[in-house]
Order: sequence, then structure tokens, then C-alpha cells
Amino acid sequence: MNQSQLALASVTRSDLRTEPKLVRAAIIAVAVIFLTVFVILPLVVVFAQAFSKGVGAYFSALSDPEALSAIRLTLYVAAISVSLNLVFGLVAAWAIAKFDFPGKTFLISLIDLPFSVSPVISGLIFVLLFGAQGYWGPWLQSHGIHVLFAVPGIALATTFVTFPFVARALIPLMQEQGTQEEEAAISLGASGLQTFFRVTLPNIKWGVLYGVLLCNARAMGEFGAVSVVSGHIRGETNTMPLLVEILYNEYQFVSSFAIASLLAMLALITLIAKAVLERHLDEDQRPRGD
Amino acid sequence: MGLTLTWLSVIILIPLAGLFLKTLELSPDQFWGILTSRRTLNALKISFGLAFAAACVNLVMGTIIVWALVRYRFPGRRLFDAVVDIPFALPTAVAGVALTALFAQKGLLGAPLAELGIKVAFTPIGIFVAMIFIGIPFVVRTVQPVLIDLDVEIEEAAASLGANRWHTVAKVILPSLIPALLTGFALAFARAVGEYGSVIFIAGNLPNVSEIAPLLIVIRLSEFRYADATAIAVVMLVASFLIIFTVNRLQRWAQTRIPVH
Repeated sequence: MNQSQLALASVTRSDLRTEPKLVRAAIIAVAVIFLTVFVILPLVVVFAQAFSKGVGAYFSALSDPEALSAIRLTLYVAAISVSLNLVFGLVAAWAIAKFDFPGKTFLISLIDLPFSVSPVISGLIFVLLFGAQGYWGPWLQSHGIHVLFAVPGIALATTFVTFPFVARALIPLMQEQGTQEEEAAISLGASGLQTFFRVTLPNIKWGVLYGVLLCNARAMGEFGAVSVVSGHIRGETNTMPLLVEILYNEYQFVSSFAIASLLAMLALITLIAKAVLERHLDEDQRPRGD
Repeated sequence: MGLTLTWLSVIILIPLAGLFLKTLELSPDQFWGILTSRRTLNALKISFGLAFAAACVNLVMGTIIVWALVRYRFPGRRLFDAVVDIPFALPTAVAGVALTALFAQKGLLGAPLAELGIKVAFTPIGIFVAMIFIGIPFVVRTVQPVLIDLDVEIEEAAASLGANRWHTVAKVILPSLIPALLTGFALAFARAVGEYGSVIFIAGNLPNVSEIAPLLIVIRLSEFRYADATAIAVVMLVASFLIIFTVNRLQRWAQTRIPVH
């Protein structure tokens, strides 16, 4: 075969695996237009609306006492939910990945459940438990404990909704790594806790961060579940997403979109951090292989 | 182990049990009465019907997007790949107000659409648009890894055996994507059925016309009609159980069907 025949062969070979130029252009155009209209434009609108009355109006909206109290509450609730789910996620992933026991598949489905339940239903179940007509509501009320329409209810609902993130990030990672390293550590005389902190945890640190990152993003942005249990008490039980709704319904668009822009920035930072962590996770998994 | 189960029971099992116990307080007639009332039926029809339609759009558009991202090289490809995740990451209330501002009659897209006589915001079309927004990453992210891993040799074999490009795509590539496509469709559908935050701003929320089922639950709760709220919630919960079950079966089917290489 001479040079030109070789070139011809490689051309037809790659032609067989792709579409005509016009079809290719059309597919790219449809994909780009769809993503621009449905995903990029809404994001742009958030910032455009937030700054529509200038930078001064934007910052005065954010320094409003109500906005500050919503930001504080959101950070506080996220801190509670993320730490609870971090501890649980580590324990659950450890149990599922390193041990065999009956009902394991069922357990995994249960952990996933909050992902597929409507956020409104996640809020409703706590109203049924703690509400005035709920199972424990009257008892709690007579003891002066406020769960619903107060911070504990918001934290509980948020914890429910963000329950799967850490466990979900760790289970496949820990399953893939197997138990050999832990067995080696224990046979060399390490205690259970030593093994966990010196062997298991360093192996999964990127996975833990990944789970915490996604858990935190959802905890700060949760709307439906929190909306049902919060009671919308101004300056007390309004998180940032709830304040976005209230200000929007009062036609205070600049203030509403200013808070929304903070949440949008949180989403963007989360996505960038996620991409970085994914690269580290790939590196963690590669040398270990099978 | 014990800690896992205790925590799981406290946060998930007990609250869910509460929901079902509350339903048992209703007589079957009451339960049926609530579900077949005109307003409930319409809300369920709107939520399930529009979620199904939106998942169909996501199935087609998702396939096109995955194809463009995986098979072609074009400027901005990595950026467009990254923005697919935005509907996952953006808090739903933010998505809701943003879509409403975009599609309202004076909005960037709402204004030209209004001139064409199409009203999106505060109509069922608005609900449909929000559900498409929220569902698109599910199809793309489920199908993308499968298309990347697909063996190109199979395509070359089909082509060298005389199949033209359309035959290869329709008879060789698409069939191996079917389990992933159906999984993405089911996930997008499940998410859209239960979606609240991104829908209620753009929906208009007119009873029987543009009122979704999750909103009706919230309304019943605010009226202290707990029984009504619970009955609707149980129906939606059972539907989402069925969808998760189907997704798990689909994934097992996919694993047995596609040879591991």
C-alpha cells in the first residue's frame, strides 16, 4: 500500500464512525441552544436582576437585618445537618462496604429514599410527628419544647433531605478498596479506632470531602421541606431560600435576587470544587485497581 | 451496625411510619373520597402528566446533548459539559424565580414568545418548562458514561459489514444505550413529579389548571386538613417507590445484558 492509499483508508475508516457534516452541525447547534436557553440564561438572569438597580442597591439588600439573619440561620442549620450526616455517612458506609449482613440491599435502598421523595413530603412527615395535631406535638407543647416552626424542625428536615450524600459518596469507594489494608493493620496489632483513623480515613479523605460538599450545597439550598416545617417567622425561622420566596412575592425583586445570587454563587463554587475533587478521586482509585 | 440502624430509624423509618399510620386513621371511603375529589385528581394529573411529558423531552434532548458532548469536538464543549450540572446544584427556589423572570411577559424570552402569542409563565407550559430544566441532568449524566465506554470496534464491525451510518446508530448504538436511557428517563420523571421549589413560582397555581400535587399538600397543611395532605402524600410516595424499584431492576437488567469487557 502506498502513502495515498493509506491516507484514503484512514479517511474512510473515520468516516464510517461519524455522521455527515450537516448532521453534526445540527446536533451541536441543538445541544448548545437547548443548554443556553434552559440552563445558562436562568443563571444569567439571577445576576442581571440582582444588579439591575446598581451595586449599591445590591449590597444594601444583602446587609438588611432580615437578610443577615437568614444567612446566619442557613449557615447554622447546614453546620448541624452536615456534621450529623458526616458521622452517620462514615458509619453506614463502613458497615455496608466492609461487612456482609442480611438485608444489605434493603438498607442501601432506605439510605437512597430521601433522594426520590418529594421535598414537600419530607417536610410533611415531620409535621405529622411534631405538629399540634401530630403524634408527639401535644406532649412536646406541654413541656415547652418547640420543634416545628422553630430551628430544630428546620435542622431535622434538612438532615432528612441531605441524608444520602456522604454515605452515597463513600460506599462505592470503600467497596472498591476492600478490607485487605484494614486486615493487615489489625493483624499487626492496631486497635479498631487506630485502624479507622490511620488506615481507612486517609484512604477515603477525598470521598469524604466530596460527600460533605454535596451535602452542604443541598442543605443550604433546600426549599420544599424547610418551607413546610419553618412557619416563615420573619427574622427567626427564614432560611435564605425561604427569604428569596418571601421577598419575591412582595415584589422586592432586587432583594430577592440578591439573596438568590449568593445561593447561585454557592452552586457555582460547589460545581468547581466538585470537578477538582473528582480528579483527586480518580487518582485515589487508579493505583488500587482491583 | 447498631448505630447505622438506630440513626436510620430515627431519621427515616419513624417519620415514614408516621405517615402511613396517619393514613390508617382514615376509613377507605374517606381515603378514596379525598383522592377522587376533583381538585386532587386534577393536581395529580397535572403533576404526573406534565412530568411524563417533560421526561420525554429530556429523553430526546438529553440524547442529543450526550451525543454532541461525547462524539464531537466544538468550541466551549467543556463549558457546556459543566453547565449540565447546574440544575442539580442550583437551589430550587433560585431556579424558580430565575425561570419566572426569564419567561414572564416582560422577560428576556417571555417578551418575544408573547409576541408570538405563547404565554409560558403562570400557565401549565411554565410548569412543563421548569420540569424540563430540573430533569435534564438526569438523562445526560446517566447516558454519558455508557456512550463513552461503548466499544468503537462494534461500530466499525457494523460499518465494515456494509451497514450505513443510520443503520449502525439505530441498530447497534441505540440498543446498547436503552437501559441507561430508560434509567435517566425514570429518574427525571420521578424528580419532576415531586418537584416543588422551581415549579411554584412559574406555575400560576390556579386550582384545577396549574396547581401541582406537592403544592396542594402544602395548601391542605396550611388549612390544617392533615388527612387530605397525608392521603395525597401516600399516593405520591407509593409512586416514587415504584419508580425506584423500576430503576433498580433496569440497572440489574443493564448489567446482565451488556457484556463486560
